[in-house]
Amino acid sequence: MVAIIDYDAGNVRSLQFALERLGVESVLTADPQVIKVAEKVIFPGQGAAGSAMEKLQQTGLDQLIPTLQQPVLGICLGMQLLCDATEEWDVKGLGIVSGKVIRFSDQVKVPQMGWNTISKLQTTLFNGIKEEDFMYLVHSYYVPLLPETIAQSDYDGAYSVALQKDNFYGVQFHPEKSSTAGSQLLQNFLAL
Amino acid sequence: MLTKRIIPCLDIKDGRTVKGVNFVNLRDAGDPVELATQYARQNADELVFLDISATEQQRKTLADLVLQVAAALDIPFTVGGGIRSVEDVSILLKNGADKVSINSAAVKRPELIDEVATHFGSQCLVVAIDAKQIDGQWKVHLVGGKVPTEIDLFDWAREVAARGAGEILFTSMDHDGTKNGFANEALAQLSETVNIPIIASGGAGTTQHFIDTFTHGKADAALAASVFHFGEIPIPDLKQELKQQQIAVRI
Repeated sequence: MVAIIDYDAGNVRSLQFALERLGVESVLTADPQVIKVAEKVIFPGQGAAGSAMEKLQQTGLDQLIPTLQQPVLGICLGMQLLCDATEEWDVKGLGIVSGKVIRFSDQVKVPQMGWNTISKLQTTLFNGIKEEDFMYLVHSYYVPLLPETIAQSDYDGAYSVALQKDNFYGVQFHPEKSSTAGSQLLQNFLAL
Repeated sequence: MLTKRIIPCLDIKDGRTVKGVNFVNLRDAGDPVELATQYARQNADELVFLDISATEQQRKTLADLVLQVAAALDIPFTVGGGIRSVEDVSILLKNGADKVSINSAAVKRPELIDEVATHFGSQCLVVAIDAKQIDGQWKVHLVGGKVPTEIDLFDWAREVAARGAGEILFTSMDHDGTKNGFANEALAQLSETVNIPIIASGGAGTTQHFIDTFTHGKADAALAASVFHFGEIPIPDLKQELKQQQIAVRI
């Protein structure tokens, strides 16, 4: 069973539908007991980092998530919150990955919105996905290249579009909205 | 490299897809869910659903349709038409819409932009602006382009960006339905005025029009309806042509 962490994180319906199309049952939950025993955990995210962290703190999920042992996939803001800090309102993240999330400069349009290519793909998360395949992204802040980077993209320079630290994975793009390549990535995560 | 987006727009009335020439004389172009999945297969980058009857008839966008589309579609889509409140937005996002588009309601009450951006984030908020040139000045129009205002297009664009819009969907009422090309001068000026993505809308008739709006018009995305719905410009062909012209597209 796949647990999607429920903390009022915007559009999770699409994620549920994407899992359904793969024939996978998921449950949207904030219950620590359910999350702890799930085979896989997806940590979605959209919108502002500050209010997202606040909601996680109110429910104690900020304490629970870093202790999880099964494969965890952070999506979009969910990936950014795996880091220990973000420039966005000076918010502290979950501190699983050491790195600071920063804002795109004014040299580019912000948010980045649309399909960008991904490259330097590492780990089985990208099995069957080609270098320079396209993924759908919407974000104003980004994670710089880190030792944990397992895929990168280029907008205002090269940056991390996927991270891995132990059992924690994060993707900046929306696999649930990234056509067949995105669906493949979700399938790869479920196969971990 | 971030690619330029091709966005078919499905105008919805009574749960069916329609497209008007200059927003009048509606023609039926099919079932929205079927059309949407067909466009996704053709590598459309995004879809926009506009409930064109909504503002006129003072009713909400069809939330059920959004749910059906979300279940079937693996590319992003935006829903607009008659959205007036944070509650309206909430229902659509919960049903699986990726973004909402706000038009007249934002002009009448600009605070709505701040409210939606604060609650759900700028990434899900498209502000649609319909404008027409009056004595050489671009003026914002309301209710599907029928009601003129005194508001200058570029002033309004600056304000919506400052209030938290994630992108702007600009429709030139002078070009819409003409198939004579997009309003590239105004589009380029919009891109210089604000630092958020601009979607060009109104006037698509040929492949060259798309090339022009991505180069001269500096548009980040181009939206069209009838040329796609009636198969006049197949999206795969359009994208191949854009690629040959060195315009980054997703193929």
